[in-house]
Amino acid sequence: MSTDDTAAAESAADDPSEPDADDTAELDAEAADTVGTSADEVARLEARIDELESELSTVRNEVDGDPQKMVIIATKGTLDMAYPPLILASTAAAFGYDVTVFHTFWGLEILHEEHSKDLKLSSVGNPNMPMPNAVAALPGMDAVTTRLMGKRIADNDVASVAELIETSLDVGVDLQACQMTIDLLDYDEADFYDGVTTGVGAASAFQEMVDADIQLLV
Amino acid sequence: MSIDTEVTETLDVKGLNCPMPVVQTKQAVDELGPGETLEVLATDSGSMSDIDGWASTTEGVELVDQVAADGGSETVYKHYVQVE
Repeated sequence: MSTDDTAAAESAADDPSEPDADDTAELDAEAADTVGTSADEVARLEARIDELESELSTVRNEVDGDPQKMVIIATKGTLDMAYPPLILASTAAAFGYDVTVFHTFWGLEILHEEHSKDLKLSSVGNPNMPMPNAVAALPGMDAVTTRLMGKRIADNDVASVAELIETSLDVGVDLQACQMTIDLLDYDEADFYDGVTTGVGAASAFQEMVDADIQLLV
Repeated sequence: MSIDTEVTETLDVKGLNCPMPVVQTKQAVDELGPGETLEVLATDSGSMSDIDGWASTTEGVELVDQVAADGGSETVYKHYVQVE
């Protein structure tokens, strides 16, 4: 800042348009008069502040107290696609999340006690498989692919689908079977693992998704 | 590992793979009280980052130490989780 600028600033501070002492006192009195119209008004505002602070603390408790939530919609029933929802679900539960997995269409196969132990892997339409589709489509090839994958799973100490289901239920994951597809595929509630929730539909799944922090379709 | 930390319980998850080490660690920690320490023995090399990530995100637990110990034919990853 130059010397000239400093001088200009000082001169501005002495601005004659600044209200004089009398005016200021008058304004203060007026303000005091407005705010202090009545002691009732002050009391009312203080009560309102207390009320809002109490509401704020309730909201904070709700936010802090509720566990975070994840909902997965599991729609696939092949051996490879049974793993991602179950692994994520049990892991999220270990992180303290409230987890629901809603199984619909072929996703029901994962919860079907008998079928879950015999899930298949197809090499048709999977360009990662080391064989052309024309070969993969031959009769019996799905069984070969599934056996090879099953051996890899066992050799690599990866848990079985049944073990992951048991663990997920143990850590409090809510495994749900869509009632509409249970009826559609002609399954019975008794076909599913103990602890699986049945009698639920899209509306309850959607409601859970609305409240969730993470929603995934697998 | 700090000298004043004594192991209360040991969880052996050797031979188990993702996500079992983390999930079983969580289950074992839930059984412990404040100040108690869980030792986790794993052979899954991914458990080093998995248990670290889990502990840093989970309230009320502290990962005191992690050690990769050469256990002959296989490396054993040791994790020490203390309940706060």
